[in-house]
Amino acid sequence: MSDIGAYQGVTETPHEPGFGDYVQLLKPRVMSLVVFTALVGLLVAPVGLHPVEAFAAILFIALGAGASGSLNMWWDADIDALMKRTAGRPVPSGRVQGGEALAVGLALSGISIVMLWLATNLAAAGLLAFTIFFYAVVYSMWLKRSTPQNIVIGGAAGAFPPMIGWVAATGSVSVEAVLMFALIFMWTPPHFWALALFMKEDYHRAGVPMLTVTHGRRATRVHILVYTLLLVPVALGAALTSIGGPLTLAVAVVLNAWFVVGAVRILRRDEATAEADGYRVEKAFFRFSLLYLFLHFAAFLAEAALKSAGIGGW
Amino acid sequence: MTFRPQHEIHRRRLSRNLGVGLTLAAFVVLVFALTVVKVKRGDPMKGYDYIVDPALMPQEKTE
Repeated sequence: MSDIGAYQGVTETPHEPGFGDYVQLLKPRVMSLVVFTALVGLLVAPVGLHPVEAFAAILFIALGAGASGSLNMWWDADIDALMKRTAGRPVPSGRVQGGEALAVGLALSGISIVMLWLATNLAAAGLLAFTIFFYAVVYSMWLKRSTPQNIVIGGAAGAFPPMIGWVAATGSVSVEAVLMFALIFMWTPPHFWALALFMKEDYHRAGVPMLTVTHGRRATRVHILVYTLLLVPVALGAALTSIGGPLTLAVAVVLNAWFVVGAVRILRRDEATAEADGYRVEKAFFRFSLLYLFLHFAAFLAEAALKSAGIGGW
Repeated sequence: MTFRPQHEIHRRRLSRNLGVGLTLAAFVVLVFALTVVKVKRGDPMKGYDYIVDPALMPQEKTE
């Protein structure tokens, strides 16, 4: 007995999705950042988790982030198809149907929230549920197409993972968790606006109201500097809390000084200069912004390791 | 008895079926490991059966 008869007429489907196509729906590159920051939030917390619980917590936080990515791909397939950067994604390229992306997103959202609750606590699961809702509904469905402040407010979705990691371990929110959240939240606008400066055609073609499209490129350069300056006290403040120490503070001072210098260099340039050298400074600033965030969280982790050895922390 | 040749659709969907199978197996292992950790540590687990649990009874006042 076989159900293969039902498929006898199916000889060739032009876009048969493989397992990898479904994995792509979860935005693995974004997930890697989520895993890292959530892991740091969990490991620097003053309360330890059993390794199996910690592994499960990180896995389901990452899965929740992936689920929101899948929901985003379902909703944004029309504009993704218009942008060079996103045209190859599974839904706009036709490898996976929109309905499948929706189903994967909803199913994984439910699984990740319930499993995080069972593995850790209700507060962490509630925060994960809010994060998925915030990214899929508040950012993707509402803000992204309606306001140039889309990534400023939408950046909150990417900022929650270290806080969820912290809450998974401790069961409550504290100033350290809030500052880790604020660090990513304030970092997101300069990071994305630098990208928007050299990917200008993409957002323009898709009609996404990025700051570069609505307020012009000069205003975007000013905004990058303003948000970079606002980021500095957050980063230094985090280094002064219980998760920081001399090493973290030193790293924060160097990274923020470098970041501010980069933002000032972006401000001083005009479009003709940037066009002439292929947006060299903007691209360098974007690349450094990735390193900036990675090194900040790596410093928190290193400080926690030093503290456990009796030589780190305040 | 002879085996019929494998249908083309099985070959085409091999990676998907294998991926889903392995993912489900890993999920089962993880839930089992979590259960062992939580039960061994004696996390609060109170089943409501027909036996009175002294911990759930109101404390008697002592003089």
